[in-house]
Amino acid sequence: MTFFTYAALFLLAIRLRRAIKLSPITAKWNAPLYGIALSTIGIAFLLDDLLPNDEIEGLIIALLLLGVVEFLKREPDFKRFHVLINAHYPIIAAAILSNIVALISIKFYKKYDDYFQAAQLAAFGWIFLRVATSKKQQSELKRISERKDELELLVAQRTAEITKQRNELQETVKELQATQAQLIQQEKLASLGELTAGIAHEIQNPLNFVNNFSEVSMELIEEMEEEMAKGDMEEATAIANDIKQNLEKIRHHGKRADGIVKGMLQHSRASSNVKEPTNLNTIADEYFRLAYHGLRAKDKSFNADLVTNFDPDLPSINIVSQDVGRVLLNMFTNAFYAVHQKQKTIGGDFKPRVEVSTRTIKTPKGSDVEIIVKDNGSGIPDAIKDKIMQPFFTTKPAGEGTGLGLSLSYDIIVKAHKGHININSKEGEGSEFVVTLPVAS
Amino acid sequence: MKILVVDDEEDVQPLFLQRFRKEIKSHEVEFDFAQSGEEALNYLKDKHSEVVLILSDINMPGMSGIELLTHIREDFPTPPPPVVMMITAYGDEENYKQAMDKGADDFLTKPLDFNLLKEKLKTL
Repeated sequence: MTFFTYAALFLLAIRLRRAIKLSPITAKWNAPLYGIALSTIGIAFLLDDLLPNDEIEGLIIALLLLGVVEFLKREPDFKRFHVLINAHYPIIAAAILSNIVALISIKFYKKYDDYFQAAQLAAFGWIFLRVATSKKQQSELKRISERKDELELLVAQRTAEITKQRNELQETVKELQATQAQLIQQEKLASLGELTAGIAHEIQNPLNFVNNFSEVSMELIEEMEEEMAKGDMEEATAIANDIKQNLEKIRHHGKRADGIVKGMLQHSRASSNVKEPTNLNTIADEYFRLAYHGLRAKDKSFNADLVTNFDPDLPSINIVSQDVGRVLLNMFTNAFYAVHQKQKTIGGDFKPRVEVSTRTIKTPKGSDVEIIVKDNGSGIPDAIKDKIMQPFFTTKPAGEGTGLGLSLSYDIIVKAHKGHININSKEGEGSEFVVTLPVAS
Repeated sequence: MKILVVDDEEDVQPLFLQRFRKEIKSHEVEFDFAQSGEEALNYLKDKHSEVVLILSDINMPGMSGIELLTHIREDFPTPPPPVVMMITAYGDEENYKQAMDKGADDFLTKPLDFNLLKEKLKTL
C-alpha cells in the first residue's frame, strides 16, 4: 500500500507546480517542486532496494510526506493551496497507523488488512475529492476577483466623470465671477453716465467763481495802483484786503472742483477694497448733490426739497469709501427718481422732498452709524418689496436701469461691511432706506 | 437802484459787491441778497416797492427760480412790477422758453458776463 503514499507525495508536487504556473511565485518554486516529484520516484526505488521491510518504508515515506506538508503549510506562497495540502493528512494518518499496527502485530494486521487498505485507498481518493473542491473554489475566487476588477473599473470611470464635471463647474464658476466683475464695472459706468451732467454742473460752479474772482482781483489791483498813486494808502490797504480774500476764495473753489474730479475718478475706478477711516457726512453730502444735479440735468422741470440732517458728532468709520459712496448714490438716485415719478403723475401742489440724515446708535457691542434716506415719492408696492434686492430687477423702462443697484448695495453693505439695509415703504407715501454700519469694522 | 440777487451760492455776494464796487461807491446801485426762493419772497413782502431788479438763479434747492418768478408775478402785480432776470448754468432752449413764459424780462447764463449785465442795467 506504500504506493499510494508515494503517489500522493508525487502528485502533490506535480499539482502545486501546475497550479502556480504563470503566477509570480513560479520562478521560485518550479525547480524545488519538480525536485520533490523526481526525488519521490528516486526514493521509491532506493528504499525498495535498501529496506526489505515494507512497513518501515511505508512509515518513512508517510513521515516524509508529513514533513513536506508541514513545510508547505508554513510557506506564505502556498497559502491559497491549504485545502489541497490539508487533504493529505488523512493518508498520512492512515499510512502511519497501518504500518505501526503491522509492525506491532502482523497477525492482527493480516486479519483486518482489508480495512487498512480500504482506509488508505479512501484517504487517497479523498485527496482527489479535495482537489476537485479546491479547483471549484479557485475558479470561484477567480470569478470574484474578476468581478472586483470590473467594479473597480466602473468606480474609476465614475470618478473620472465626476472629476470632469467638477472641473467644468469650476470653469463655469470662474466665468460667472468674471461676468459678475464685468457687470459691476458696467453698473459703475452706467451710474457715472447718470452723474456726468451733475458733475459738469458741480464743476462749472466753482470754475465760474475761480474765473470771476481772478478777473475782479485784476481790476482791484488796477484800482489799488490808482489809489497808491493818489497817495490814499488807507483805501489801497482795504483793496489789498479784498484781493487777499478773493485769492482765498479762488483757492477754495479750485479745491472744490478738484475734489469733485477726484471723486468722479474714484467712482469709476475699480475698487481698491481698502477700508479707511471716513466721514460719512462728507460723502453723503457730495453724492446727494451730484445725484440731484444729475437728474435735474436730464429733466429741467424737476425740482425737489433737499434736506440734510447730519449728526455733527458722527464718528469716522472704516469703510471702502467709493463702494459705500456708490450705495449712497444709488439710494439718492432712487429717491429722486421716486419723487420725480410721483410729481409726473400727480403734479400740482406736490412738493418733492428728499431727506438724508445721519446719526449714531448705541449698541451692546459698541455703536453703529445710521444713514437714513427718506423720500415722499411713489413708494414701493408690496408686491415687489421682496424682489427689489434681486439682481437685474428694475421697474425702470428698458435701458434706463441695470437692475443691479440695490443688489450690489446689499453686497457692499451686508457682505463687505457687516452692516445692514432696512427698507420702510408705503406705496404712494414714500420710502425710507436705512443703512446701518458698525463703527468698528 | 436796489437789486435783489437770489442764489444759493454764498460767494455770489462778495462777487457782486466787488464787481459793482464803483457803482456801489457812487450810490448808483445797492445790493441785497437772498439764498433761497423762500428767503427772497419773505424779503419782498416788506420791500417789494423798493426793489427795481431781481436777479435769480433758477437751479436752487427747495423753491426753484422759476417758482419764485411765478410767485413774484402773482403776488406783486402792482405797477411798476419789478424787473426779473433769470440766471442759469443750463442755458438751453427749454429753460429759456420756460422762464420767458413765466414772465421773466431777461435770461442770462452762467458764467455771468458782468460787463453785459452792466450794459443792461443802464437801459433800465
